[in-house]
Formats: sequence, C-alpha cells, structure tokens
Amino acid sequence: MNDIIVRSITRIVIPFVMLYGIYIVLHGHISPGGGFSGGALVGSSLILYTLVFGVDKARKKFSHRVSEIAESGGILLYLFVGALGIILSGSFLSNQSAGFPMGELGSLLSGGVIPILMIVIGIKVASTMISLFHILIEEEK
Amino acid sequence: MKKKFIASIFILLFVVLVYSIMQMPAGVGVDSLAYSESTEYYIENAASETGVTNIVAAILTDYRAFDTLGETIVLFTSIVAVVSVLRPDKKYEEGERHE
Repeated sequence: MNDIIVRSITRIVIPFVMLYGIYIVLHGHISPGGGFSGGALVGSSLILYTLVFGVDKARKKFSHRVSEIAESGGILLYLFVGALGIILSGSFLSNQSAGFPMGELGSLLSGGVIPILMIVIGIKVASTMISLFHILIEEEK
Repeated sequence: MKKKFIASIFILLFVVLVYSIMQMPAGVGVDSLAYSESTEYYIENAASETGVTNIVAAILTDYRAFDTLGETIVLFTSIVAVVSVLRPDKKYEEGERHE
C-alpha cells in the first residue's frame, strides 16, 4: 500500500498495539486477558505491518526460521513444564503440589508455572496467526 | 429432483435442530446446569490452590492445563497442515541450493 497517511499511522500505532498485547499476556494471571487474547493482539499488529509494507519486508521481521522456532519451541516448552510436574510431584502439569514458588497473591510473579504457560500460549497464538497469514498471502502472489 | 432432495434434507435438519432446542434444560438461574458445585469450588479455592487472581487463567492453565495443551497442539497441527498443502518454502529451498 503506497499511501503516506496509512504508512505513517501504521508506524505510530504498531508499537502501542504490540506493547498492549505483551502487557495482556504478562498480566494474564492477575487481570482479564491471557495468552489467547494477548497473542491475537501481537499477531494482528504484525498482520497490519504485512498489509501495509508488503510481505517481503514483513518476512525480514518474521522469517520462516523464526516461525518454525516459535511454533515448535512453544509446544516443547509447554511439554517440558508438564514433564517437570511429573518429576517433582508425579502428575503431569501439576503446579502447587510440585512445589513451584507461588509468590504473593496478585503480584506479577505469582502462580507458579501459570505465567510461563501464558507466555507460551501467547507466543503460539501470535506465531500461528502471522504464519497462516504469510503463507496464504505468499500463495496469492 | 436434486433441488427438492437438498431442500428436504435442510428441512429435516431444521426440524432436528428445533427439536433439540426444545430438549435443552430450560431456565437461567441458580439451579441451571451451568451453575453447579464446580463453579462454587473454583470461586472459593482458585486463589489458594493456584495463587492467581484471574479464575479463568487458573482454570485454563492449572485445573484444565492438559486441555490447553490440546489446544496448542491443534494450533500447531493447523500450521503443519497448511504448510504441507501450500509449500511456501520451495523458493527458499532453491535459494539455498545455489549457495
């Protein structure tokens, strides 16, 4: 898209959208939101970038390699956290009984593995949205 | 003939769906099915058992964490399916071969 107004507005808006998405993912366990909604925000900010600046420039920001690592690494980290639960307490994905530090109720670092799982879900949702969009739009060309 | 057949199938489907709506448990209130003991259990114990104040997050990533793992696997499988059908990395592989 070669419109200077759209380009300028996009440049200004994208950091705020992304920051808000990351905020929602990180505060998923103490306020409404979570991995799915925050990841969707981060993903849609990069989709906006692709729509405005074209898929070639967007591929430099989010390449196939990054997509592969985010997709597979997210799921492996989730399984790793679950396996830690088996080792520490005997059941898959156990949280408090496995002795993870609980922290103070309502603070950012609380809830044992819940913030980690939220971040993993956020990465997965964001990278799935962006990858699907990039793959489909590349097929279009 | 074909149109009538398709229309009759849709009418049959409509009747089945309306019938199933009639069979649903009626009423919204304290004794409806969605408002069972598990709701009260989560409201009372989520904070002490999981250490988070967002009960939705507590259910998603602690009580039903295995279900959320399934959801992430669904996302992963969707990407794998789309990539295997459309193969966007063909150009990418050829570029590597030249080097």
